[in-house]
Amino acid sequence: MNPVPVTSVQARFTRTPLVVRKERQQAAVRLVLLAMAVLMVLPLVAIVGHLVVQAWPALSWEFLVDVPRRGMTEGGIWPALVGTVYLVFISLAVSAPIGVLAAIYLNEYARDNWFTRAINLAVISLAGVPSIVHALFGLGAFVYAARFGYSILAASLTLAIMTLPVIIASTREALAAVPVAFREACWNVGATRWQTIRAIVLPNSISGILTGVILQVSRAAGETAPILFTGAVFFKAVQRGDLFPYRLTDQCMALSMHLYTVSTQVPNVREAIPWATAVVLLGAVLAVNAAAIALRVWLRNRKRW
Amino acid sequence: MNAATPKIAVKDLSLAYSGTEVIHGITFDVRPNEILGIIGPARSGKTSLLRCLNRTIDFIAGARVAGEIRIDGADIRAVRDVHALRRTIGMVAPLPVGLPLSIYDNVAFAPRCAGLTRRADLDPLVERCLRQAALWDEVKDRLGSLGTALSGGQQQRLTIARALSHQPEILCLDEFSIAIDPVTTMRIEDVLRELRREITIILVTNLTHQARRLTDRTMFLWNGRIIELDRSDVIFSDQPSRQETLEYVNGIFG
Amino acid sequence: MAPNSSNGAVAPPRQARSRRSVWGERAIELLIYASGVSAIVFILAILFFILREAAPVLFSDRFSLTQFLFSTEWYPTSASNVRYGTLALSAGTLAVTVLAMVLAVPFGLGGAVFLSQFCGPRLRESLKIIIELLAAIPSVVWGFIGLTVMSRLIVTYTGAPVGVNVLNGGIILALMSVPIIVSIGEDALKAVPDSYIEAATAMGATRWQLVFRVLLPAARNGLLAAVLLGVGRAIGETMAVLMATGHAVQIPHGILDSVRTLTANIAAELGEAPAGSEHYQVLFLTGVLLFAITMLVNLAADLIIRGVRARK
Repeated sequence: MNPVPVTSVQARFTRTPLVVRKERQQAAVRLVLLAMAVLMVLPLVAIVGHLVVQAWPALSWEFLVDVPRRGMTEGGIWPALVGTVYLVFISLAVSAPIGVLAAIYLNEYARDNWFTRAINLAVISLAGVPSIVHALFGLGAFVYAARFGYSILAASLTLAIMTLPVIIASTREALAAVPVAFREACWNVGATRWQTIRAIVLPNSISGILTGVILQVSRAAGETAPILFTGAVFFKAVQRGDLFPYRLTDQCMALSMHLYTVSTQVPNVREAIPWATAVVLLGAVLAVNAAAIALRVWLRNRKRW
Repeated sequence: MNAATPKIAVKDLSLAYSGTEVIHGITFDVRPNEILGIIGPARSGKTSLLRCLNRTIDFIAGARVAGEIRIDGADIRAVRDVHALRRTIGMVAPLPVGLPLSIYDNVAFAPRCAGLTRRADLDPLVERCLRQAALWDEVKDRLGSLGTALSGGQQQRLTIARALSHQPEILCLDEFSIAIDPVTTMRIEDVLRELRREITIILVTNLTHQARRLTDRTMFLWNGRIIELDRSDVIFSDQPSRQETLEYVNGIFG
Repeated sequence: MAPNSSNGAVAPPRQARSRRSVWGERAIELLIYASGVSAIVFILAILFFILREAAPVLFSDRFSLTQFLFSTEWYPTSASNVRYGTLALSAGTLAVTVLAMVLAVPFGLGGAVFLSQFCGPRLRESLKIIIELLAAIPSVVWGFIGLTVMSRLIVTYTGAPVGVNVLNGGIILALMSVPIIVSIGEDALKAVPDSYIEAATAMGATRWQLVFRVLLPAARNGLLAAVLLGVGRAIGETMAVLMATGHAVQIPHGILDSVRTLTANIAAELGEAPAGSEHYQVLFLTGVLLFAITMLVNLAADLIIRGVRARK
């Protein structure tokens, strides 16, 4: 049987040995990188799984609403849970408005001059301050200088300064996503900057702004160092299931600090309790973040232009 | 105000973006109730000139304006309320921009910003502007629907309705027909002919036949300089004053 | 300028905004302006207050800056011979950070390359979500993992006497830094102009050659910034290293040695130091040192990123 002759054009498109080698190289690289990606994901899954398994004996509704007992070797985490909610709420109540307004200034009003550059620099610097330095600042400024003492107030304000720069950055992104053409159309009909912001820019970026704020909820809940020396405390006697056990001037327990405490400061703690505390904290943080991500995805499909 | 006072008087206007001059000391008048055409190749400064008129040039970083612009004799740089100035001028940009509001709110936006809030006042105003923009019949049953959901031609007419909503005395159209079909363009040109009885119109266009149809006088702007400003029938004839005008109009360049 | 309106409709007023709305707008704009300035106020306040608490010891006669920075002898509570040398702590920070970067940079950049070039859109979205969740894990949880899981693994597999050491801290910090490197690195790769990619592909380059010879060099500034930001995070991390590296204030001789970092040291000792005491002031001074170091690293990263943007 005579083979079908290959025309000269066809011959140019067949795979030469060089091409075959390149393709194999590429497949190999892809495999290596895929393996690396899997290697990143696998530990996460394994760790979370291990945490849950170890925490299982202690996880229950009781664990959440009960107070720590017997020198924290037994019992639950209720005061820490409530304390974290207080801290997160108050700190975001302070940092979200300031952050959003600051972002509005930077994105809608600021001109390109040295002053604006200074503000941008300040925001970036703020974002890079280590959490322990935030704690030192809170101690020096809020606990002592402002005389709030060790209190929820001092701790919340410290957390607020910590979450501020990221709220500013994410709000700016949300504002910048609104097309300039809309603003120009408003200016052309004689609207002032604020009228434009209120009628067009804010309503169309509020979703992105909210996502950014929600993400900071989980960060504020998870941080330990800033509250260690400004208002969080080892133990506080609280009624089981009490929704409002703390005053602003009180110190409080917090979930993040509680994890540190029960895993390093309490001898003879019941085996599963530190694991269960870690699971609750991790679970809360991941749940809030997942909600924010879901919100972002849902909003992306709902754009009005 | 006698008939001889120009509606807009521009004297020695220069504009530079970050040091690079784009308009070089131009001087011209716009007469009341005329339609003035501005033609010229791309990047000649036509859009920038319009931005100087309603002072939205202020929003562009690095822009420096020199010279004088007077509207009805008043220097626009000395006005107390620049927003009122912008409401005196209606601006229609090349690309249609529907605001992400309902159609009704699109047209009511400017009056509301100016302080008019009663529905009893806004309803007739919205209807009148939409009629003037030749859009009323198509949208009168869905004034609540989103402005950005309209077609390109409809959004351009919506932009025109918006530009008319604050009762401007001067209407500037910057290549308004770029993104819309010929039929809609014709309808809008009819609207402009109607409107000129009440207001003054400046029409920036690259379509020489459109300028020929609509305008009383035409200005040929090239590289930031006025090459020629004369009656349209002169500009588009065989014998304009300048050779460059003839060449541009006949498509030899630009 | 008299408005000329026809057909009797109401001429919308041009200057009739109510006094209240004008003043309301001015008030809001004042708040906006003040909020904008607040960032500057806060960063300066942080510097001011930590310096304020550290100042007394800084300007006292007994204090020697060279000793503070370069001596390894840290005995703040000694009854007879108080010494404040932070070199061992700095060495601890350096050791853990370097190890963390050695582990995190290849995985981080590899992950960034994989996400941007070798990955379908669906997989990319899922992986990006996972990375975002990884980044959200609180540092105290990481510290807990280091203290329990990682410690046991290290003792089992390396026979070290204690599981909390440089290796433990390095691995944990690496796991914490990878998400930042991946996401910023992916942004940097995405920012390479499409024209580069199109030109290379048109010349017959495979994906791999495209990455190695075109993308990585073109994006190198952004990638460098990503790594720097990872470094900044590692240096500034407190709780995770506090729980995972042990408590020995010493210069490590191997990765199985326990160390203490600058950050963990403050956290560990501040509770014991009486307010206003010399020890307390020196801890604040350590905070000033940390502030300076992380500021430099982050500003360098930002300068690089802005340089990249300016060139485009």
